This record gives sequence, structure tokens and C-alpha cells, in this order.
Amino acid sequence: MASLKALKLRIGSVKSTQKITKAMKMVAAAKLRRAQQNAEAGRPYSTRMNGVVSSLASKVARSPQSPKLLAGTGKEDTHLIVVATSDRGLAGAFNSNVVRAARRKADELAAQGKTVFFYIVGRKGRPVIQRFYPKGIIAQYDTSGMKAPTYADAQAIAKDLIDRYTTDGIDVVHLAYANFRSTLVQEPTVDQIIPVAVPAANDAGTGTASLAAVEYEPDEEEILADLLPRNIAIQIYRALLENQAGFYGSQMTAMDNATRNAGDMINRLSIQYNRQRQAAITTELVEIISGAEAL
Amino acid sequence: MADLKFELVTPDRLVMSDDVYMVVVPGTEGDSGILAGHAPYMTTLRDGDLSVYRSQGAQPEKIAVTGGFAEVSERGLTVLAESAGA
Repeated sequence: MASLKALKLRIGSVKSTQKITKAMKMVAAAKLRRAQQNAEAGRPYSTRMNGVVSSLASKVARSPQSPKLLAGTGKEDTHLIVVATSDRGLAGAFNSNVVRAARRKADELAAQGKTVFFYIVGRKGRPVIQRFYPKGIIAQYDTSGMKAPTYADAQAIAKDLIDRYTTDGIDVVHLAYANFRSTLVQEPTVDQIIPVAVPAANDAGTGTASLAAVEYEPDEEEILADLLPRNIAIQIYRALLENQAGFYGSQMTAMDNATRNAGDMINRLSIQYNRQRQAAITTELVEIISGAEAL
Repeated sequence: MADLKFELVTPDRLVMSDDVYMVVVPGTEGDSGILAGHAPYMTTLRDGDLSVYRSQGAQPEKIAVTGGFAEVSERGLTVLAESAGA
């Protein structure tokens, strides 16, 4: 049985932990609102961009001359998975969920005999990936200095990826991130970003039919050549924003739970402490009374 | 004449969403004025000023944009720019 003093110390330490988790929860909640706004503000752009690119991509004939970013390299042997995680932990299962999704994809590809490489964005993804694929990490984009993802970061990552794609013999690039659904739900997602995934189903839809008469200036190919790299940057930017919002959401939930657990623990410890204190007083009284009786 | 639905979007935010009279878009192959009812059209942008005419004959509102493209569909004009200074 722990001594009274030890119990008291323990209660004190749990209380200060609770204070910290409570503060972190509040900070996360404040930042979440910001990040959520950013993520939602970025959505119209990326959805529109995606729509335009895929409708263009489905119209342009694929020839060996068409841009590599659109048509692919003709093989599917080497895959690069961009794993976007946060820089900091204490956010529940947020990072491990993203990494797990990426790993599942990688395992699946590896089982098909493909070569898989990783490109890490954010600090937290690295250790796990390194454990499972010790030689798989080819690069890491350092995000430690940044507070919130900027478009410039996304552009830098996109440029790096495109360089690697064109020179390093990468055939397909995937992007793993957590899609921000709500504070409680972040969906780990793996999207193919290079070459552009063309939705095959909507060819018969009205969306493409109305675009059929569009006049392009300059022509489709040139617009595409301009748009494709931009689209990649946008998709990455969106992923970073979603990630950021998801991270704060997840952190808020995790810290809320931690605060509640600390509260439970304090209650339990306090009861134990009070019982022991009473027991000690009772023993003391018994001693005094029996001492007095003996006289 | 019906107003032109105009939206200017950057990766960070929706800069402007309004009904206007005409927008002059700095396309890579020349400026083009977009009025309501324009045929479906798409062009990439060069860095330059968008001129937004709120009503016929009004002074244009200039918005500097860099990179991106403009799309005209039956829903109106959507300009997706990499950045836009208000």
C-alpha cells in the first residue's frame, strides 16, 4: 500500500498532467478552427481543378508524345508513395492511421512484385516506415519550421516529385494523407496523383457532354501541360491542409480523453487517499483511547 | 442582360463571388472580355490584371492575378488563379 505522502504526490502529478492536457486541448481547438477554415477554403479550388483536369484528360488523345504526367511512363513497376503526416504527436491514432494506410498500399503493391519507395512529408511518418521498409525512403520534405502549410511548400514538394518522376524512373506516385471529415473522423486516404487518374465512369455523364463544345485557347494539349504540374501542387496543398485540420481535430479529441482520464484517476486516488487518512486517524484514536483506559 | 456570375478562386480562399457585368481576363493569347452568355471557353492566364466591370460603363476594378486559368461554362466565369491581390 502506498503511503499517504506518496499518494498525495501522485495526485499532484496527475493534476499537473491534467492541466497540460487541458491546455493542449484548448490550443488544439483554437487552431482547429483556423485549420478547418483553411481546409474548407481550399476545397473549391482543388475540386474544380480536379474536375477540369480529368475532363480534359479524358478528351485528349493519348499518344507517345502526350505529356508524361498525363499518360504515365507506360510501365507500372516503380511506385512512390508520398506519406504526409504531422510533425508532432499526441494526437491519438492520427499519424499511425495515415502510415498504416500507406503501408497497406505498399504491401499490396509489393505483393504484386512492384518496387515501392516512400517520400516523407512531416516528421512522424518516418520511424514506422523506416522499420518496415528500411531502404524505401528516398527523400523527406522538412516541415519542421512551418506553422501552417503554405502553397509555396506544396509547390516545392510538387516540383521535387515531378523532377523525380521525370528523371528517377518512378512510374506512379500516390499520396497518403488523412481526409478531414469532422473533428472526430479523419479518413486515411491514398490517392494516385501521377499520372492523373481519369474517371472512366463519367464519360457518358452530362458533365463531359456540356464541355464538349468548349473552345480552348491555347489548345487542349498546351493547357494540359500547364495545368498538370499545377494540379499536382494543388492536390498536395489540399492534402496538407486536410492533414493539418485532421491533426488538430485528432489532437483535440485525444487531449479531451486524456483530460477526462486524468480526472477519473484523480477521483480514484483521492478516495484512496481519504480512506487511508481515515484509517490512520482511527488507529491513532484507538491507540490513545486504549492508552487512556490502561491508566 | 443577365449578369455574369463571376468567381475568383485561389488555393487559399474564394476571393470574389459576385454577379458582375463584364470581366476582362488576361489570357496567354490575349485579353478577352467575358460577358454573360459567353460560349464555353477556357484559357490559361498570364500574370496580369483582371478587370471587373460591376456595371456597364463603370470604372473597372483591377485585381492582379498570377498563373492559373479561366473557365467559362453555363454556370458563369470561374477564374482559378495561383494568387490574387485584392
